Amino acid sequence: MNKQTKRVFIAVVVLWFIGLMVWYLHDLNIAVLNPRGAIAFRERRLMIITVLLGLIVVLPVYAMLFGFAWRYREGNPKKTRYSPELTGNRLLETIWWGVPTAIILTLSVIAWNSSHALDPHKSLSVNAKPLTVQVVALDWKWLFIYPQQGVASVNFVQLPVGTPVTFNITADAPMNSFWVPQLGGQIYAMTGMATQLHLVADKAGSYDGSSANISGKGFAGMRFTVQAGSVDDFNNWVQSARNSPYSLNMDDYAQLARPSQNNEVKLFSSVDTDLFNKVLLQYMGPVREAYAR
Amino acid sequence: MLGRLNWQALQHNHIVLVAQISMTLGALGLIGFITYKKRWQWLWREWLTSLDPKKIGVMYVVVALIMLLRGATDAGMMRFQQATDGHFLTSDHFQQIFSAHGTIMIFFVAMGLMFGLINLIMPLQIGARDVAFPFLNSVAFWLFASGMLLVNLSLVLGEFSAAGWLAYPPLSELAYSPGVGVDYWIWALQIAGIGSLLSGINFFVTILRMRRPGMTLMKMPLFTWSVLNSMVLVIFAFPILTATLGMLALDRTLGMHFFTADGGGNSMMYVNLIWAWGHPEVYILILPAFGVFSEVVATFSRKPIFGYTSMVWALAAITFLSFTVWLHHFFTMGGGADVNAFFGIMTMAIAVPTGVKIFNWLFTMYRGRIRFATPMLWFMGFVVTFTIGGMAGVMMAVPAIDFQVHNSLFLVAHFHTMIVGGVVFGFFAGLTYWFPKIFGFRLNERLGRYAFWCWFVGFLLAFLPLYILGLMGATRRLDHYDASLGWQGLFIVAGVGAMVIMAGIGFQILQLIVSIKQRHQNLDTTGDPWDGRTLEWATTSPAPVYNFALTPSVSERDAFWAMKRHKNTEEPAYEDIYLPKNTPMGLFIAGCAFVFGFAIVWHIWWLALVGLLGVITCIIVRISAEHTDYRLSAEKVAELEAGRAP
Repeated sequence: MNKQTKRVFIAVVVLWFIGLMVWYLHDLNIAVLNPRGAIAFRERRLMIITVLLGLIVVLPVYAMLFGFAWRYREGNPKKTRYSPELTGNRLLETIWWGVPTAIILTLSVIAWNSSHALDPHKSLSVNAKPLTVQVVALDWKWLFIYPQQGVASVNFVQLPVGTPVTFNITADAPMNSFWVPQLGGQIYAMTGMATQLHLVADKAGSYDGSSANISGKGFAGMRFTVQAGSVDDFNNWVQSARNSPYSLNMDDYAQLARPSQNNEVKLFSSVDTDLFNKVLLQYMGPVREAYAR
Repeated sequence: MLGRLNWQALQHNHIVLVAQISMTLGALGLIGFITYKKRWQWLWREWLTSLDPKKIGVMYVVVALIMLLRGATDAGMMRFQQATDGHFLTSDHFQQIFSAHGTIMIFFVAMGLMFGLINLIMPLQIGARDVAFPFLNSVAFWLFASGMLLVNLSLVLGEFSAAGWLAYPPLSELAYSPGVGVDYWIWALQIAGIGSLLSGINFFVTILRMRRPGMTLMKMPLFTWSVLNSMVLVIFAFPILTATLGMLALDRTLGMHFFTADGGGNSMMYVNLIWAWGHPEVYILILPAFGVFSEVVATFSRKPIFGYTSMVWALAAITFLSFTVWLHHFFTMGGGADVNAFFGIMTMAIAVPTGVKIFNWLFTMYRGRIRFATPMLWFMGFVVTFTIGGMAGVMMAVPAIDFQVHNSLFLVAHFHTMIVGGVVFGFFAGLTYWFPKIFGFRLNERLGRYAFWCWFVGFLLAFLPLYILGLMGATRRLDHYDASLGWQGLFIVAGVGAMVIMAGIGFQILQLIVSIKQRHQNLDTTGDPWDGRTLEWATTSPAPVYNFALTPSVSERDAFWAMKRHKNTEEPAYEDIYLPKNTPMGLFIAGCAFVFGFAIVWHIWWLALVGLLGVITCIIVRISAEHTDYRLSAEKVAELEAGRAP
């Protein structure tokens, strides 16, 4: 194989592979790029803006890298200029201190504004009354408490479409991270700490959620489903939870909090009204006894 | 008597058993080989007790490359687990493997290669005969080796940490990780980390105090500049690591509550502290790689570096900024919009000096005469990958975007792009470039090219799919995932990529063997095989123990390039040279530190005391020693020089 055919062959293989990958990817669900809620949607838009701004620098870099490498290669039959004494150029250096600085300044404004606009603590200004869901990360499952409805569930969240949701999040286990990519970014779940995340689902559907931070053996199985539907769907679901044979007082909770892996969805018809705060407060005092397991 | 240590520590599943047996056989084989070749005395005299920075540098590189094999094997197992149905490893074993992979690759591969290269080249580059504190250098290396040994011992005795490479509490606390794994992690890093700090001080002083007369700061080669900046970071950052690990160790061994979930502990403070070290750490690694590229681009373009002053200021800016960004590792802890935005903006600001460096490298190629020897290929590969990674980095610096990609495989892909495509490519470029200076012959170019292409293509195949997987919602560190998620195809591509990288490592091993066999064809008789520009090329290859018989004087930036143009025809006037005598004390100190660490891991208190007293005794013995130098007379130098002249 001579040099020319070798190059063509490599180019064909590379293009074939890229084509194959594009074909393979086009019907996969790329969650972050396929948002179903206002927060995730705005986060995606930010990503696109950042990439476009970044390309202003990256594309010239690629062009110059390969252009210069080709043009100034030793043995180039075209006699290109050789300047062995060239040590710098004030104008050029000013340009590449200046242009990236300008891009980063632009991005800084975007970063500052978006950090405030998309602050997970910030409640969403939609007219509908927000729904509160309390989240407790356990070894190794998620407990969701609906204080307004008085029901609870494991590894399953039902939401009404269009209603802003306030997630109050803590952990009774090592640090986890609560993440539903199609609805919006994640936040840590920590012992003795309550973090907040405000999300809204704008389209009906079933969305995957998981823990994004390692918390021990069963962490990979800490997946849950967020089901977004109509208000009727939500009320029906609350009703079905109320019909569940299981309830969640503090004794039941102690049972539930024991380490277990790959848990199925479970609904609770009633829940200790102060469960979330009790979980939170048990880490505030002196060394707790249950902790010494 | 033996604390927690009992027969159970030896019981493992069959995969670990294979590793144990192969490690034991490998060690026995090595011992047998050395005995058969009757090389023990030689090994002891020429290497283990040597204070010559070039020899210490070679030992660093050897340890780091062996650890690269271990880390790559871990990576291969992880890729296999995720590309298949997740039944190959148990979740606990899988978690130990990725914790070991991260720990080994950062502390014992990247740091080892970095300190290796610095030892090999930096003193030569500033025209020095030695480092400022030769004995400290030996102690630092042996502490590094002890830490390495402790990590690998966990494979045979007990277990390793399963809490990730940074062991966030409360998971890494006794309540959730009661075994010895996290203790192994703590003490391996504690011992190696003190070694790093000692090295940092040593090289910092060496650069400031031991340059040739005439080599002002602004005439230093850029590799030396990058080392100076990196060592400043080491000096500031490593004490934080030592303190943080110390507190975690107090929690675990003495029942304190610095970072525990209960009893008033605050695990968020650990995360804060570990990243106050951890973020500068990545710049500690990348800056010397930048330095290598600066030398490589200038040499292989046959031009001085473009915008030297800009390059120095860019290094300084990165050094300063790298201490103002650590919070971006935990935007998702909920710190609030003002704090997050501030640290996000500082993070993005680092892109500016980094971009400046890339443009200056590109314009060093402009109007040059570029030779595509393997070091230059590594540079080209680095620019391609590093810009992708840099763009991903700027994305993640925006807090609102970070919420969507944090702890996902997108993040994993990003930092591997920076560390493989930046640090590792840089150090491979450096090793190929400076190999003849150390061993006197060049590496085989053809096999080097094959290795490069395997690494480069393998890298793209292994890590580009991870960016997409991250956006699909795949988090890091999953030992299994549901088939319905549709992730497997991309994980298989990533697995193939890992195999291609393995092939690259195979070619590198082959390259080394072939190059040694054919060394007579590739001998470097001039001391300057690449038409170099900086002082290390002014001496013969391999460099003599005293580096330079006559210490060169410096009046320009590319000192050797200038010397080549103004040939000096004067008769050499040799002088007496004083060099440090060999000593095994560095080895002994580190050996005792190893015993101390091992004893604490297993709660064998009497042995810990023995280890500690051993360290103190060795230090006292060493600092009371007189006559630690020996003299090489001028006649002897003249004789040696006559023997090595081309």
